[in-house]
Amino acid sequence: MSEPAKITLEVQRYHPEQDSGPRWQRYTVPYTAEMSVLEGLQYIKDHLDGSLTFRWSCRMAICGSCGCMIDGEPELACHVFLRDYAPGPVRVAALDHFPIQRDLVIDHSDFLEKLETVHSYLIPAEERTPADGTHRQTPQAMADYYDYAQCINCLLCYAACPQYGWHPDFAGPAALALLQRYNLDDRDGGHRLRERVIDAEQGVWGCTLVGYCSEVCPKGVDPARAINQNKAGSAARYLLGWWRPGRRRGEDRE
Amino acid sequence: MEQVDCDLVVVGGGGAGLRAAIAAAEQDPGLRVALVSKVVPMRSHTVAAEGGAAGVAREDDSLDGHFNDTVTGGDWLCDQDVVERFVAECTAEMVQLEQWGCPWSRQEDGRIHVRFFGGMTTQRSWYAADKTGFHMLHTLFQTSLRYPGIQRYDEYFCADLLVDDGAVCGVLALEIASGEPVCFTAPAVVLATGGAGRVYGQNTNAGIVTGEGMAMAHAHGVALRDMEFVQWHPTTLPGSGILITEGCRGEGGVLTNRDGRRYLQDYGLGPTEPWPRPKAMELGPRDRLSQAFWYEDQAGRTIATAQGSAVQLDLRHLGEARILERLPMITEVARRYAGVDPVCTPIPVRPAVHYTMGGIPTDARGAAPLDGLFAAGECASTGIHGANRLGSNSLAELLVFGRAAGQAAAEHARSAKRRRQGVLERLAGEALAPRLELLRNERGERLAVLRGELHRIMEQGVGIFRNEQGLDEACRALAALRERLAGGIRLDDRSRTYNTEWLTAMEFQASLQVAETMAWSARARRESRGAHVRNDAYDQRDDERFLVHTLAHPGDGSGPVIEHVPVTITRSTPRRRAYGAEGEGSA
Repeated sequence: MSEPAKITLEVQRYHPEQDSGPRWQRYTVPYTAEMSVLEGLQYIKDHLDGSLTFRWSCRMAICGSCGCMIDGEPELACHVFLRDYAPGPVRVAALDHFPIQRDLVIDHSDFLEKLETVHSYLIPAEERTPADGTHRQTPQAMADYYDYAQCINCLLCYAACPQYGWHPDFAGPAALALLQRYNLDDRDGGHRLRERVIDAEQGVWGCTLVGYCSEVCPKGVDPARAINQNKAGSAARYLLGWWRPGRRRGEDRE
Repeated sequence: MEQVDCDLVVVGGGGAGLRAAIAAAEQDPGLRVALVSKVVPMRSHTVAAEGGAAGVAREDDSLDGHFNDTVTGGDWLCDQDVVERFVAECTAEMVQLEQWGCPWSRQEDGRIHVRFFGGMTTQRSWYAADKTGFHMLHTLFQTSLRYPGIQRYDEYFCADLLVDDGAVCGVLALEIASGEPVCFTAPAVVLATGGAGRVYGQNTNAGIVTGEGMAMAHAHGVALRDMEFVQWHPTTLPGSGILITEGCRGEGGVLTNRDGRRYLQDYGLGPTEPWPRPKAMELGPRDRLSQAFWYEDQAGRTIATAQGSAVQLDLRHLGEARILERLPMITEVARRYAGVDPVCTPIPVRPAVHYTMGGIPTDARGAAPLDGLFAAGECASTGIHGANRLGSNSLAELLVFGRAAGQAAAEHARSAKRRRQGVLERLAGEALAPRLELLRNERGERLAVLRGELHRIMEQGVGIFRNEQGLDEACRALAALRERLAGGIRLDDRSRTYNTEWLTAMEFQASLQVAETMAWSARARRESRGAHVRNDAYDQRDDERFLVHTLAHPGDGSGPVIEHVPVTITRSTPRRRAYGAEGEGSA
């Protein structure tokens, strides 16, 4: 048997009680062709250094836990493979634009709050109970919102978004994509409520159309498109607010 | 110690926990519900369920049909009174989820679609492409945001139940970010902590599926029920164990061996044609399919891959359009994690541990045999799965029994008395001490070494096929591992801030405890039934002696104490469990 191939991972470390700022640590791990970067991190934790800290769970790119910067790109660690970074070293760091809790673990509480502010849930157009049966929704109607419903909340798009880096108040790509997911659902009647979020400074106007968010999405969601779809309507509402005598923006939106 | 006073604690933010929390909040909007989860709810393992959720939907289907399939599938070890209630409530739950926005796949006219699943007589499984669990979980999570009564505690690790004088009065949790303990006080607790598939090395489960809820209840005297019944899913990727949904076969996919033969015809599941047809060939139940793989493997008729032997799941005849429409995630997963494109090449698959049929025993309202304790989802043993769960019954289960447990717990919370402050402080302090001790261990073994040994023991001795000698050896080896564990786990990480090594050590303690209940329960069941199959003298079902549930009580230190108790049978008398042509006559 020949020696297994090896690769060096250069991992960002930060312990708030011990470090004044992030630092880099190198680990060399054996790898096989099937091993994901996540499995490289797991090897380190199991065999070399149990203090290396990162989130993971499903290891099949659906739970959204293991987002990090890999050689400077936002990726799910379970979704990319060590072989593609050989001979290395490959740099693994915490997702950009978020406060670091420890090593690769970021503080995502800001995003979780934003999910609530954008009303990312169905606000029924008409009240129904299970006794009324399911809505009818054709595949065509479903196609309007379906792609946006694929968001796994992994936050790669926030790490890709320069605007979010500069202005953390910006609602950001995933939250606005989920807003649009419900706005485009013909069972939903909540778009009036969501207009306030769209029109606010932190809403769609925070986006400057870089489009990197859509490129990095591991699930093919296109948040840039979701945001753009809302700009025309928002602009129209803004102009209408000026034009209609005696009314100001937001006045009729309860 | 920080204390959070509430009326109801729900532990676990997966499908069952979210459904329970929403049900409690709807029933009693003033109730203070704490949802305590070691991961942010949408990371929970429900997210990885792929194929479907059962609920009678077609005009030619009936509740009796769902009942009979479930009881037959469970090899008559189901509690039939609970199954009756379960099948009656599934459909309303699917509709409720639709009204909350779940994107169930649709027919051209806008009605929902249902697909075939293994062991089901007709199309009965509601699905959202092949991401059913993902869409259900996100729908439930997002819906939960609408209820101000639900206070989330994301990334709080529940370490123990607080029990005083025979009644639950709260939980001890650790805030993961800081490592600080928090005492949640409440007269009702719902455990919705999921299964324990990570007890095995080869499994489809997320890393968080380590069995703490079961272990916590067990540590407080609750006997775990039917723990010998562990489900191997027949189609997972070799090596990683990543799930390749049964929905593939529901859509018409076939399994072939090294010679290209649809080998299931040799195991009482044929004939091969017409295909697809219900309860035959690749749409047989999971236990039979995983066992058939084992025989094929023994006979050398599997193919070799770098990650172990496999058979081939062939979807090619479905055509690209249908594959991409119905099975988009499987396509992506196969391309990325197995390097094959299912449009042009069969996917190599083999069985891996998928589901724990047993768990914390509950009644149909989710109440466990400990005052104030409720359980729902995979951690519970409601009695609906018997000796073998049918695919798509577990997503239905977490809705039906999540709601039931949430409602029953909410009622209980309003009527139960509260404990005195001093009692709670003492209990929480006592629960915390041994957990903190883990951080101080100077001696001991690495966690990965101990975990590797657990996986070896379980795969070797408590696998798809079991026998007396292997089970004896497994029970002994687990006891020895428990001794080693008592000798200490050596952690590299002694700090409190986001110490995942510490959490993993606590998860491992729970896993080992659960593993022992599995091995001991399996050894005591000297028959073959459903997913528990023996290749020694006990290779037949034995209704005379073993038409009974197993209870694994916590023992005195030398291992669990096993008791057998009756199964509830209402209207389906046990008979031969047949599939394929033979089953068609007896349905």
